[in-house]
Amino acid sequence: MTDLTDLTISDAREGLAAKSFSAVELTEAHLAAIEAANLALNAYVLTTPERAIDMAKASDARIAKGKAGKLEGIPLGIKDLFCTKDVRTTACSHILDGFTPPYESTVTSNLWNAGAVMLGKLNNDEFAMGSSNETSFYGEVVNPWRRKGSDAPLVPGGSSGGSSAAVAARLCLGATATDTGGSIRQPAAFTGTVGLKPTYGRCSRWGIVAFASSLDQAGPIARTVRDAAIMLGAMAGHDPKDTTCADLPVPDFEAVLGQGVKGLTIGIPKEYRVEGMAPEIEALWQQGIAWLTEAGATVKDVSLPHTKYALPSYYIVAPAEASSNLARYDGVRYGLREPGKDVISMYENTREAGFGAEVKRRVLIGTYVLSAGYYDAYYLKAQKVRTLIKRDFDQVFESVDAILTPTTPGPAFAAGEKSGDPLEMYLNDIFTVTVNMAGLPGLSVPAGLSSEGTPLGLQVIGRAFDEETLLRVGQAIEDAAGVMVKPQDWWSTHA
Amino acid sequence: MSVDRATVLRIARLARVAITDEEAQRLESELSGILDWVAQLDELDTANVEPMTRVEAMTMKMRKDEVTDGFCADDIVKNAPEEDDHYFVVPKIVE
Repeated sequence: MTDLTDLTISDAREGLAAKSFSAVELTEAHLAAIEAANLALNAYVLTTPERAIDMAKASDARIAKGKAGKLEGIPLGIKDLFCTKDVRTTACSHILDGFTPPYESTVTSNLWNAGAVMLGKLNNDEFAMGSSNETSFYGEVVNPWRRKGSDAPLVPGGSSGGSSAAVAARLCLGATATDTGGSIRQPAAFTGTVGLKPTYGRCSRWGIVAFASSLDQAGPIARTVRDAAIMLGAMAGHDPKDTTCADLPVPDFEAVLGQGVKGLTIGIPKEYRVEGMAPEIEALWQQGIAWLTEAGATVKDVSLPHTKYALPSYYIVAPAEASSNLARYDGVRYGLREPGKDVISMYENTREAGFGAEVKRRVLIGTYVLSAGYYDAYYLKAQKVRTLIKRDFDQVFESVDAILTPTTPGPAFAAGEKSGDPLEMYLNDIFTVTVNMAGLPGLSVPAGLSSEGTPLGLQVIGRAFDEETLLRVGQAIEDAAGVMVKPQDWWSTHA
Repeated sequence: MSVDRATVLRIARLARVAITDEEAQRLESELSGILDWVAQLDELDTANVEPMTRVEAMTMKMRKDEVTDGFCADDIVKNAPEEDDHYFVVPKIVE
């Protein structure tokens, strides 16, 4: 029998239904893989083996009764941004030390209702602020991929670096993630996995630790386009507890995968051909265009003239909303408290000790742009720029069905390589952040290897609430490129 | 847009973060760099542009004005650093 951890979600679903193996066996195989790998990769910040086995036993019982859910018995990792009832949830910040929520996020509730099994909580950049998973209080995550002939550690991308590394290294069959400026798609591109950021409002944000509320959206990281479609179907849906969550039916995302791209028009935005872009990224993009053309799509050059303003306006909107959301961490109701001579100094000492450098930087930027007299010049201005960015997309989508771009300007970089300069790190999100600013869905699909032997991804951008077209295009890319292979296992203690 | 030391300290005070001198020095240049970079938005004339408030036109739903939650004081104070008889305890505020 093949290694159970190498299965896709769709294969595992068939195997469980055919009783080729049990949910308990599938879960045990993953717990053993995590045990052997986590010291090297640091993808999980907490494992929940007893709960996992209990959930798997319950899945086996439901399968035996013919009452299997859509994700019955499928072992998943959960980003530490999702509140999980009675299981420590910290957003990988010191300030949420020991926080155990008395409630469950809507997205994870939906997954458990579909029969999924929780293996544990996955590492991420502190409060999801980062593009390399180097800002986590629990330490860096290491990418299972390495450059050819080198054992220097590479970053797994961020902020969902634990999710992307765990999925690539076979430490779960799929993972939840969140995306505020690229935090699902960029780590997926860096690890050869599929990452889907749904339309803003497709998944409920209730019970997810808030970073920037007008941008945050939950989505899956998985190993195939089909698996991402299966997971999104289980995660999505209307939730009265989140007023921004759309009251729309959840389509059968899996059903559209076989429809192909014949007759679709794909836009190629010239503004994404940025100065200094690596030739291999341009070549990958051209390869993607060729694949989609061969599969029957029509390709068309389009223009999104406000693209260059997306990142600077993001770095007003996101920190502003973060500074407001993070005001709740005051040492009173949960998490860390550092004493002070009075209540104000208790707040100040708690937040000084509890927040890391990147979080403080963003809280201060956000406080500055929202401070008296500056609101119109910064936050309001940035929200107006968002309208211009959204309008660019609306106009282009009058004549195309989806847009194809690279996911990132380059492959995974080495740990420490970009952490010295915040602006250099921010530029990693240049191709992904526009999508969040406009609220649209975006999908990153592995499309090849760089000259360094590490994965590269192509991004598909779609119309609001049209994840189906996105998935059809993603499937066509995956069919042409082939499912990304497993990186050479150097991380397991028995390897 | 250059941010001076006094501004950094004022913002840190507003944000209730007790930064060290070393942090203040670093933040002075980092915040200036980021604000200089976002200043490129001034190139755009947005006088007649509405700010974006939502992705798709969608009417905010109203719910019935009724109590749907409560009677869970134990849960609410469960994670508090200091609690006494269902109260959060903080340093003395009123002399």
